[in-house]
Amino acid sequence: MSLPDGGAAGLRGTLAAGHFAVTAEVEPPRDCDPEAIGRSAALLRDWVDAVNITDNQGSRVRMSSLAASLLALRAGLEPVMQLSCRDRNRLALQSDLLGAGALGVPNVLMLTGDHPRFGDHPEGKPVFDLDGVQLVWAARTLRDDGALMSGGKIATPPAWSIGTVENPFAPPAGFRARRLAKKVAAGADFAQTQFVFDIEAFERWMAGLRELGVTEHCAVIAGVGPIRSLRALEFMRSGVPGVVIPGHVERRLRAVPADRVADTGIDLCVETIQRLTAIPGVAGVHVMAFGQERRVPEILQRAGVGPATRTKAASTTPEGGNHHDR
Amino acid sequence: MTSTAQPGSPWPRPSRPRLPARAAYALHTLLAANAVYRRLASYLERRPTLYRWFTAGERAGKEALFGCRMCGQCALPATAYTCPMTCPKQLRNGPCGGVSPAGRCEVYPEMSCVWVTAFDRAERTGHSGDLDLLQRPLDNREWGRSSWVNYWQGRDENLWTGATGDNPHPSLSPVSGPAQW
Repeated sequence: MSLPDGGAAGLRGTLAAGHFAVTAEVEPPRDCDPEAIGRSAALLRDWVDAVNITDNQGSRVRMSSLAASLLALRAGLEPVMQLSCRDRNRLALQSDLLGAGALGVPNVLMLTGDHPRFGDHPEGKPVFDLDGVQLVWAARTLRDDGALMSGGKIATPPAWSIGTVENPFAPPAGFRARRLAKKVAAGADFAQTQFVFDIEAFERWMAGLRELGVTEHCAVIAGVGPIRSLRALEFMRSGVPGVVIPGHVERRLRAVPADRVADTGIDLCVETIQRLTAIPGVAGVHVMAFGQERRVPEILQRAGVGPATRTKAASTTPEGGNHHDR
Repeated sequence: MTSTAQPGSPWPRPSRPRLPARAAYALHTLLAANAVYRRLASYLERRPTLYRWFTAGERAGKEALFGCRMCGQCALPATAYTCPMTCPKQLRNGPCGGVSPAGRCEVYPEMSCVWVTAFDRAERTGHSGDLDLLQRPLDNREWGRSSWVNYWQGRDENLWTGATGDNPHPSLSPVSGPAQW
């Protein structure tokens, strides 16, 4: 299983080259359809550097992120395999990390995970044997020291890059930059954030990260996404833990007729991306477009970010224009 | 796993400490490890019945004051005496991303996030830097055992570590190997 990540391409190559990276999100199917990931790949392949393959997101059962990551690789779409502490103890977490290494999954992303209470199996046992910081730490020692958490050595270490997440908007505000600093100390190479709607609050958090020197060690990828409808707005505000939507965003969505809300949501998303590209230390955006995946290319094209845009810019030079080779 | 689970709830619930942080730090100096406590600890470990009584006392006190769940590897000195094991996700390295704007727990929205409480207490007592320490994973064999005895025996020394020096990544090598526990 070879990867479009020969060093220069892929998420790691993009970040290393200092290009503005773009990742998106692909939810594995809730069945055994082997073609589902391929359909997302056909849509997103040329537009993003990698996609997060979510791990029972929202505590709802889906195809495993490892299996779906493999399907993404086969479809020519670089996966970021999410791995959550909610459903696995340290043995299972490490064995999935080894599996991802053997299958050539180029990126893994460590999460604590939502509590099962709000999912489709609220009666299930929450595991949380490790927390997100400890899982990043274990992954980093596995890769760099070739050691399991037991101290046991492994002969062939994995080569994936290690991702993590942070929510810049949740209390305690004074601790959120330091919390990412802990994850970077534990070994995170890149971090994706919760949805950014409040740019001022996000800028304060980024300033804190720069002050702590975090952005020198870790690529910060800001989470964005279009709000499709007023119902979606309500759901994100009350049904998704940790999302903060400021009043001016809500007023703008409520000010337009119902059939214009989705387009206004797209406009807002494009403007947010454009503002984020100007913030020092922001290495890319992570687009979460639940139910609107088809509009991701449009968002990226209008915002002027992502591999397709980079290739277009490069094709004006003699060597450019080869993005179909991926 | 422990008999201290809240009635009617299978999960840990955020607990607000009943002892002010300053008083807790003062209490810690009374219990700080020394040669006498160390001898007491090894004596207790040789007397199973006494150990059980001692552990029951520790449980009663810490449960009333901090909502202790007897993980046996007490993090209280590094969390401004706010028990992270009462977090429904048992997070030992800080809050999850689901804390509400008002500082409420994602799982129990009627309660404050224990890490918001810990941060407030640490800030007010000048111990905020403690929250930057990296907390190692728990040894789950220690549930129900006395963390005071473990502490006096020096087994707690590697529960947490700081990121120091040029290398921002500390090692997770099992410094307190299974044999010690």
